[in-house]
Parts: sequence; C-alpha cells; structure tokens
Amino acid sequence: MNLTITDLTIARGGMPVLAGLSFNLMPGQALILRGPNGSGKTTLLRTIAGLQPCVAGTIDAGEDQIAYAAHSDGLKAMLSVTENLRFWAEVFGQDNIEPALTAFDLTGLQDRLAGTLSAGQKRRLGLARLLVTGRPIWVLDEPTVSLDAASVALFANAVRTHLGQGGIALIATHIDLGISEATVLDVGPFAAKPNARFGTSDEAFL
Amino acid sequence: MKALLIRDLRLGVRAGGGLGLGLAFFLIVVVLVPFAVGSNTDLLSRIAPGVLWIGALLACLLSLDRILALDFEDGTLDLLATAPLPLEAALSVKALAHWITTGLPLVLAAPVLGVLMNLPPQGFLWLVVSLFLGTPALSVIGTFGAALTVGIKRGGLLLSLLVLPLYVPTLIFGAEAARRGAIGADVGTPMLLMAAITAGAIALMPFASAAALRINLR
Repeated sequence: MNLTITDLTIARGGMPVLAGLSFNLMPGQALILRGPNGSGKTTLLRTIAGLQPCVAGTIDAGEDQIAYAAHSDGLKAMLSVTENLRFWAEVFGQDNIEPALTAFDLTGLQDRLAGTLSAGQKRRLGLARLLVTGRPIWVLDEPTVSLDAASVALFANAVRTHLGQGGIALIATHIDLGISEATVLDVGPFAAKPNARFGTSDEAFL
Repeated sequence: MKALLIRDLRLGVRAGGGLGLGLAFFLIVVVLVPFAVGSNTDLLSRIAPGVLWIGALLACLLSLDRILALDFEDGTLDLLATAPLPLEAALSVKALAHWITTGLPLVLAAPVLGVLMNLPPQGFLWLVVSLFLGTPALSVIGTFGAALTVGIKRGGLLLSLLVLPLYVPTLIFGAEAARRGAIGADVGTPMLLMAAITAGAIALMPFASAAALRINLR
C-alpha cells in the first residue's frame, strides 16, 4: 500500500495549476506540502482524494484507502459529538469511537451538541473523524486551522501514532507541526504555465 | 446506509429540521382553498383530488433544496463522496429520508384534509394509495434536481424550474387516479402508469443524481 503520484497535472476551473508533480510515499512516511495561497495545494489534495479528475498523470493509492479532511469538518450542529463521530464510524464500517475521543481530548464534550462547540473543538472533532475511518492514507488540507498549541500537539501525536502503525499522511499546512520525520515538498516549482488551457470548466455538461 | 438514514431522520426531527415544513404548507394550502373558492360542496368535492395532489406536490418541492444544500455547505458531501458507500446508494438513502420526513406525513395527513375538501367517501382509499405510490417519485426526482443545483447559492428558483416539468407526469396520473376513485370509476390505468413512473424513477434517478453531484463537487 503506497501512495504513488506520477507526472501529475491538475487544473482548477479549467486552468492548470500544477504540472509534472511526482512523489512516492511508503507506509510510515509523511509529506508536508507547502506553497503560497492559490498555488494548488487544495486542488492537489482533492484530486488525490478522488473528488476531481486529473488532467494528466497517474495517482496510484489502491481502492478505498484514502481518508480526506478539508477546511469544513462535515459536522451537524444539531447532533452531539458522539452522534457525529459514531455516524462517520458506521459509514466507514467501524464501531469503536473511544480511541478517537481520547486522542483528541473530546471525552468531556461527548454529549454537547456540535453546534455549541468552539471553532477549535469542532476542528478536533473533525480530525477525530480520521481515526474512525480506519483508512491508511490521510490526506489533510490545513488540519491545524483554529487549533491552539496544545491541540496541535495532540494532532501531531495522532499523526505520529498513525505513521507508527504503517499509515501514510499527506498534509498541506503553513505552520510547523513538529513532526520531524516528515519530508517537506514546496509545490512552487511545479506551478503550471498560466497560458496553457486544458478545457473549460463547463466541459462536463457539454 | 442505515447510519446515513438514521442520521438524516434524526436531523429531520431536531430543531431546524425539515419535518414540519412540508406538512404545514400542505395544511395551509388545503385549508385556504375552501375559503377562496367558496363553500359550494359540489364544487369542492369535484376539485378535491386535484387540490390535494397540487398541495402535496408543492409541499414536496418546498423542502427539496434541504436534501443536499446543508450537507454541501458543511462539507459532508465531500466526505461522503470519499467514503466507501457509493454515491448512488447515499443519494437513494437521502431520497428515502426525504420521503419519510416529507412524503409520508403528507400521505397520512391527506385523508384528514380530504374531509375539509368534502371528498366523497369512496375517494379516500384511492387518494391515499395514489399519494403513497406517487410521492416517492417526487422525492427521487427532487434529489436529482437538488444534485444538479447543489453548488449554486440560493438555487431554489432554478431547482423548481428544473424539477416541476419532471413532476408533471406523476401529477397528471396521480390526480387522475384520485379523481376516478372519488367518482367511483375504474382507477387501474392511471394508477398503473403512475406506479410505473415511480418505479422507473427509483431505479434510474439515483445514477443520474450521483453523476450530477460528482460533477458539482469538482
């Protein structure tokens, strides 16, 4: 189970943003993506997660291996912390949510409605979802937004544990997570030429 | 699948859920009609099946954008699309949840409102049967409309325009079956045609919805 990206070109709204990107992640490895706003990190992660097609190149991650977490956490304000987490656990065929609650220090908040949580607490709940997916490849887009230093440490611990169990993590972030074993990739040099067009955003409907 | 259904039903009955919305609208429309057209009981019983069907259809339409818009806004759809559950199955479940929270209450409320419309006694059974067989088609077709318009801010108008023409066959045959039931005529042909539309919609629409949603999530 590797995550192999070969010569990938991706586009957003018909404009290519990254081209010629290749890397290979083995079990236990983590890759941190860096690059200025608009450099295509989110598009790259969405493409790898399978939410949009790539323009060229290949993504080889095996079937149903990727857990994706984006800017929004997919939480329902009117469901409690436990209900939210249990829902995702059941969708991914798991039944034990206790380790996820403990890992992100949510035990005391179990019965609170997600709508009444603070932004950082919501984020922690969103990240706890990763643990209940049981999937080996984590694809994370800005996972530390609105987290305080202690919560970032919790998150770094969870990633380290995940890597220790043979998992893979691909993380786009601007801050230093303190995960020393991770390699860093700056996507800047892979920026695509802005004048090349690969089709328009409406082509799916034509 | 069960988890998604239970979650959607739970959200439907909690505060801010859509459970009461369609039902309240249906009630208001049907209660207001006798005030508007006068108390001529012959006239009322003649238009009763049609008014009840239009009321149910519009009530259904009202709650369509809730099927997917809320899940789109909070990112749930992105996460569901990467989950092991096929999108076709997820959308079928969401249509089913919509039917249970909107269509089914309408079916159950219809006989009560039929009394207000002076519906003839022999018409009640066929009214309920026609709504029971017809409203699932409204939910699955509506889910397709919701999937087409999900990325559009305040796409309610577009959704209504797209979905209403697709609702017409169900309305024609459903109301015709209910009308024939009310006057004691044979309901077989319109009822069967409507059931066929429902069966076809349930079988095909989830695939169309999933295809439209995949494009909209890009």
